[in-house]
Amino acid sequence: MKYRMGTAVLSLAGLLISAYLWMFKHGYIGTLACGTGGCETVQLSPYSQFLGVDVAALGFLAYAALLALAMLGLQPAWLDRREPTRAALLLSAGGVVFAVYLTWLELFVIHAICRWCVASAVIIVAVFVLSLLDRRRLAHS
Amino acid sequence: MAVTSTLNRFYLLLLAVAIAGGGILYWQVRGRVPSIPANVVVVATDTTGFSGYYLGKPDAPVVITEYADYQCPACQDFDVVQFPDVVRQLIETGQVRWRYRDFPLDGPHRSARLAQHSAACANDQERYWQQHALLYQGQGKWSREDEPSGTFRGYAKQIGLDVAAYDACMISAKYAGRIQASYNEGIAVGVASTPTFLIGGRLYEGVQNSDKLKRLADSLAGAAAGTR
Repeated sequence: MKYRMGTAVLSLAGLLISAYLWMFKHGYIGTLACGTGGCETVQLSPYSQFLGVDVAALGFLAYAALLALAMLGLQPAWLDRREPTRAALLLSAGGVVFAVYLTWLELFVIHAICRWCVASAVIIVAVFVLSLLDRRRLAHS
Repeated sequence: MAVTSTLNRFYLLLLAVAIAGGGILYWQVRGRVPSIPANVVVVATDTTGFSGYYLGKPDAPVVITEYADYQCPACQDFDVVQFPDVVRQLIETGQVRWRYRDFPLDGPHRSARLAQHSAACANDQERYWQQHALLYQGQGKWSREDEPSGTFRGYAKQIGLDVAAYDACMISAKYAGRIQASYNEGIAVGVASTPTFLIGGRLYEGVQNSDKLKRLADSLAGAAAGTR
């Protein structure tokens, strides 16, 4: 249960970060709280979109799905079912790959680091690790 | 029972995180956005030593004053299509000195003053015309935004401004009076729409092409030479 709780809290944090970045990109927030100033460079670059969709919006949807899976997995009838964990593992694995790609873009193409994007990358890696641990728990139960 | 109790505590924690995060987002939206008030009282310091944004040689025989609004599509049309030719044919050749005045149309153009203030803050760092050009080039994007100050800040970064100084300038709204003074001047000379050009004491409304402006400038320069 603790792994799914951790996934839920981290997914909610990721959801809020994605919402923050998406709101900035669409002009709802004047400036980003970003010490290096790299956040705007990254968010206003052409790489802030993937296949025509805002990366922040993709993040928002992915974290919303992870949060929903974690909440479902926390319902008493679902506590020992494997489907939420499998789905979260698959989704977070995709998220980790995408986060590696985005970090590579920041370092070697855009040449600017967005702290909020780094925070999101750390969160998705943590969610992936928690999903792996939850899968191990279910395999031993 | 223990599971239910643990879950209840967890839900409370999750709710607390959601409320705190939502509150921070709300504060970001409401608290950090620069706002440029309209109809402020103009004081002497708003206009001392400042009568517009100039481009061209101070001794050019003709001065053309443009009253414009960054959110006005016709002004954008003029700036993007005609103005580069005006710069090349008239300003760089020393025939004309260009004077740009803000004339915000607050009703339909709610971000006009914010854009004008952004350009004024760029002027603090001697990059006025660079910000001016980006504001017009990006009009189609930012004019659809509810709060475009982030986009303007992106332009400021793009032209190499000290962003911290730019932010401080924007939050201070210190040029609200200057913009109002510019608007008041436009009203006083009879401007009713944008863009409007004041050339040789006469107003020309709407987009003017560079050839017409050149004819007018030639004519005024000739008249001025004839009276010497």
